[in-house]
Amino acid sequence: MTDAVLGALPTHASDELESPARRALRRLFKRKGAVIGLVVLAVFILLALLAPLVAPYDPIATSWTLVRKPPSAAHWFGTDELGRDMLSRVIYGARASLLAGAISVTIALTIGVPLGLISGYRGGFFDALISRITDAMLACPFLILAIALAAFLGPSLADAMIAIGISATPVFIRLTRGQVMSVKVEDYVEAARAMGNPRWRIALFHILPNILPALLVQATLSIAAAIIAEAALSFLGLGQQPPFPSWGSMLNAAQRFLSNAPWMAIWPGLAIFLVVLSLNLVGDGLRDALDPRER
Amino acid sequence: MLNFLARRIAQLVPTLFFVSILIFSLQHLLPGDPALVMAGEEQDPAVIEQIRHQYRLDQPIPVQYVYWVKGVLSGDLGESLRIKVPVLDLIRQKLPVTLQLGSMAIVIAFLIGIPAGIISAVKRNTAWDYGANFFALWGISTPNFWLGIMLIFLFSIKLGWLPASGFVPLSENWRESLASTIMPAFVLGNAIAAILMRHTRSAMLQVLESDYVRTARAKGLSERSVILKHAMRNALTPVITLGALELGTLLSGAVLTEQIFSVPGFGKLIVDAVFNRDYAVVQGVVLVTATIYITLNLIADIAYILVNPRLRT
Repeated sequence: MTDAVLGALPTHASDELESPARRALRRLFKRKGAVIGLVVLAVFILLALLAPLVAPYDPIATSWTLVRKPPSAAHWFGTDELGRDMLSRVIYGARASLLAGAISVTIALTIGVPLGLISGYRGGFFDALISRITDAMLACPFLILAIALAAFLGPSLADAMIAIGISATPVFIRLTRGQVMSVKVEDYVEAARAMGNPRWRIALFHILPNILPALLVQATLSIAAAIIAEAALSFLGLGQQPPFPSWGSMLNAAQRFLSNAPWMAIWPGLAIFLVVLSLNLVGDGLRDALDPRER
Repeated sequence: MLNFLARRIAQLVPTLFFVSILIFSLQHLLPGDPALVMAGEEQDPAVIEQIRHQYRLDQPIPVQYVYWVKGVLSGDLGESLRIKVPVLDLIRQKLPVTLQLGSMAIVIAFLIGIPAGIISAVKRNTAWDYGANFFALWGISTPNFWLGIMLIFLFSIKLGWLPASGFVPLSENWRESLASTIMPAFVLGNAIAAILMRHTRSAMLQVLESDYVRTARAKGLSERSVILKHAMRNALTPVITLGALELGTLLSGAVLTEQIFSVPGFGKLIVDAVFNRDYAVVQGVVLVTATIYITLNLIADIAYILVNPRLRT
């Protein structure tokens, strides 16, 4: 009996001492889906970073003797309508997609989180104003807003990222505001206020850290959505401009040669699918790992 | 209830006001002078001056906005710069096509998503559950334009069963209409089915643990009757209202799906307008989309209250 109690004590104690971030990581790594997602993502990130070293050919070098060749030992993924190596283009394409995902969500976070924090914490007229603007933006479906913005801003990868970032912002404003509203009535916020902390300090050091988990989950899922949106804009010719590769524009070219060069459509699509699937797996895993009810 | 309705509708006014400002200001994002953009190849200063006057671009921006809103409220969304047709007429022409596609997509989404969600909740932690969850992840992660291209490759090019593109209205020939829309409708419905499956699964799991389901089981009802008559009815109410909110996904999805299958609908209208720099059409389409979305949100809210007696005070 005593042994059993003593044996149980240390694990219990270590559980209590474990920092929330470490606990979340440990729980995340217990989920098979999330781990697979993290591994696949890491592979794609490495490919994007090391593209000049890993890609077997120059992704924009054309060759009239190699037009639309099926996959072979020399060209594992085949070649495209201008004789460019598909594998190299898929590897370089990871750069445009991952960059678009990361930058547009950074834009959305940078605008959305401060606005949501102020709106939720201060309330009043500013909150009403921001909430109505958020409603107005959410009333325009994400991709339609992004396409409209990209159309007016002009066709380029940078403008596409700005358009996607702005379109993704209202979700973060609304999420941050809602989280702040539920956290600001907690005892520890009351206590911080009673101790005479200024408002900005309470918002930044007491409220923000407690709403980070929800923001992290949303950010992961938003990167997935942003990558699909970038591919969609590039597919329509509003993103990465030729000859530079992007998975979306590669699919657009592939559609014209579907009957005699189907490999042109398979690889870029599969790449988008794998990256987005991994992000969704990681997002779902994070949500479960960070959920206090499942502790 | 009436109070709620009044408050909910009163909230729409500022939202619509900001939507109108958002859409109006799109035009001012254009680099350079809009009159020059509208004039296109035409470089004659007199013509540009005339365009500036005609579209009131020589007036202050707030005045331009007032004129624009006045026009919109009286049903004038401007004129397509390229084909010189009122934007409203274009939308009237294209919207029914997307509505047919969208309705089929919703039916497909409900037919796949709800049974999959129920089965995965009832058979929790079995192969069925894992299969349904994988299907949901697959549906959420597959870009619909890629799925569309792959379906065309399989069913049109390899098997030759379905036309790769085009659209036949339902009123003309229902068989050909179904054949031309089944692939795009599946592509559109697939992503929504995945979301519905997730909603249904979590709603069912919650209901299956409730007291009245336990009571129904305790009185010796068959499992089939417990699930179909007691649990499902209560679980599906929120799912159906949530489903209405997926219309935004549907409209976004229609843009690329219609492009891939060359369906002459609402989505293709906005893409063509973007390429032809037909800004009045882009603005009109975004405005109509936002209005449809806001209205459906309102209907979903009201429906939610109507079916949920506890909220009806």
